Amino acid sequence: MNAATMLENQLKYVNKAFWRNPASAFFTFAFPLMFLVIFTSLLGQHSITISAGHTIDVSTYYVASMAAYAVISACYNNIAIGLAIQRDSGVLKRTRGTPIPSSIYIMGRLVHALFVAVILVVITAAYGKFFYHASLPTGTSLMEFLVSLIIGSLAFCSLGFAITCVIPNADAAPAVVNASILPLLFLSGVFIPISSSAPAWMLWVARVFPVRHFALSMDAGFAGATFNWMDVVIVAAWGIGGFLVSARFFTWEPKR
Amino acid sequence: MDSASSASAISVRGLTKSYGKFAALRGVDLEIRQGEIFALLGPNGAGKTTFVEILEGFRHRDAGDVSVLGLDPDHQPMALKTRIGIVLQSSGMDRYLQVAETVAMYSSYYPHPRPVDEILALVGLEAKSAERVLRLSGGQQRRLDVAIALAGNPDLLFLDEPTTGFDPSARREVWEVIKNLRGLGKTVVLTTHFMDEAQYLADRLAVIANGAIVAEGNPETLAGRDRMLATVRFSLPEGVDAPTQFDLVALGTGGYELKTTRVTQDVHGLTSWALGAGVDLEDLRVERPTLEDVYLELTADPTPLTTGEAS
Repeated sequence: MNAATMLENQLKYVNKAFWRNPASAFFTFAFPLMFLVIFTSLLGQHSITISAGHTIDVSTYYVASMAAYAVISACYNNIAIGLAIQRDSGVLKRTRGTPIPSSIYIMGRLVHALFVAVILVVITAAYGKFFYHASLPTGTSLMEFLVSLIIGSLAFCSLGFAITCVIPNADAAPAVVNASILPLLFLSGVFIPISSSAPAWMLWVARVFPVRHFALSMDAGFAGATFNWMDVVIVAAWGIGGFLVSARFFTWEPKR
Repeated sequence: MDSASSASAISVRGLTKSYGKFAALRGVDLEIRQGEIFALLGPNGAGKTTFVEILEGFRHRDAGDVSVLGLDPDHQPMALKTRIGIVLQSSGMDRYLQVAETVAMYSSYYPHPRPVDEILALVGLEAKSAERVLRLSGGQQRRLDVAIALAGNPDLLFLDEPTTGFDPSARREVWEVIKNLRGLGKTVVLTTHFMDEAQYLADRLAVIANGAIVAEGNPETLAGRDRMLATVRFSLPEGVDAPTQFDLVALGTGGYELKTTRVTQDVHGLTSWALGAGVDLEDLRVERPTLEDVYLELTADPTPLTTGEAS
């Protein structure tokens, strides 16, 4: 059997299991959409200045940052928690004892996360367009947007794989994942806009970690902010770092 | 398959494996024949799991020769994986897939899978094929484990403690499934620490203790069990004196026992005496050391004991 057929099969089952699992379907899929509705409904009438002289509706801002949040949740949270549970319950070890190549198995998870991320971004964009007249990327900015979306998704998947290396067991998975991502989401201005008057340490954190850079490239797509390839490069660098950590430390057997 | 039934499925020579300073396996030699159900017994920490995981390709050996279905697990893992099925101790699977979907998913990993409905019939889960895994009982999940292991139509199956933690009826369910595998000509390697399981299922077995095989044989004759002293026990009615020509030990309240290697002669002697004296030998019975007795003796003693008479 060739790799493409195997991957296709694998995707089919990963997809079924994903939608039937209330926890993954809710926290990965419905959660970001719920936040989108809450934030835009609550704060949608205001406008904010995202860079010098560039003022946008808060609703547009949240369409962009909830798109970023959705991708992070579908890739980082979903992969890290899902894999930690599968590793702990012995699914990964069982898989390791069958002839499916590890790369196909991992690709199955990754492509599926990418697929969920894209659906979430499309729904978010459609919602923003329909209710709040958010601008949608076109032409060159669409290309830039898609490249940063795909690189961002892959990078956060890769970081999801990497964080499982420090998750001791399935019970700890949601705690470790949320503790690592939630503060960053706040410090990177995903939930609450941060301006240049924010404390310096906070701006530093935002500058070092990938979340802010990824959110900025989403802003560029939806809110007309300036697109900066450097943001994509920094996100990609984190992704490569995550890949190297996973390649070295990822285990298929439960940590006991 | 039948013509090759005496050929080796697994052949191991001088296998060693250490974790740091701890020698988990200290020179294991073992042959497992094609088509047999082979049980590997041993206490926790004896090296059972390490041994089996080396055969399965999960772990690498330090030294020795290992051939599984003619393949070297260290150097031909992919070829080996297509021909073996593994049931691990912990039975993780995707809880939200249906039974038939689960088997179909694992089937899709193999070059020559067995049809899904055929597998479900083999393990008795036809009626549950559309049920989600999370709704199965423990025994049913274990049968699904076996079904997954059969997905690739393997020649060899590894079952690691398949009934640990099960209630008696779930154990029986799983045992029947395993017994049925013999009819398919599969070789089955089973690790367990239940004597009744080994006795019920295994054609042959080996006891592993402290990283070495301390005894090997079939359940009836393991470590000379059949040649060990048998115990003849009976009771005499009140007021009847015991015959003096036997080496009887009085147990009190009219009970007696006799340790002997000549069971037939001694039982004949006893019953002849009883008939002659018009006495009833109440609850007369002959007992052999159980597999468990032999096992406990083998695994308690650090020096290998292969055959011989226990006292």
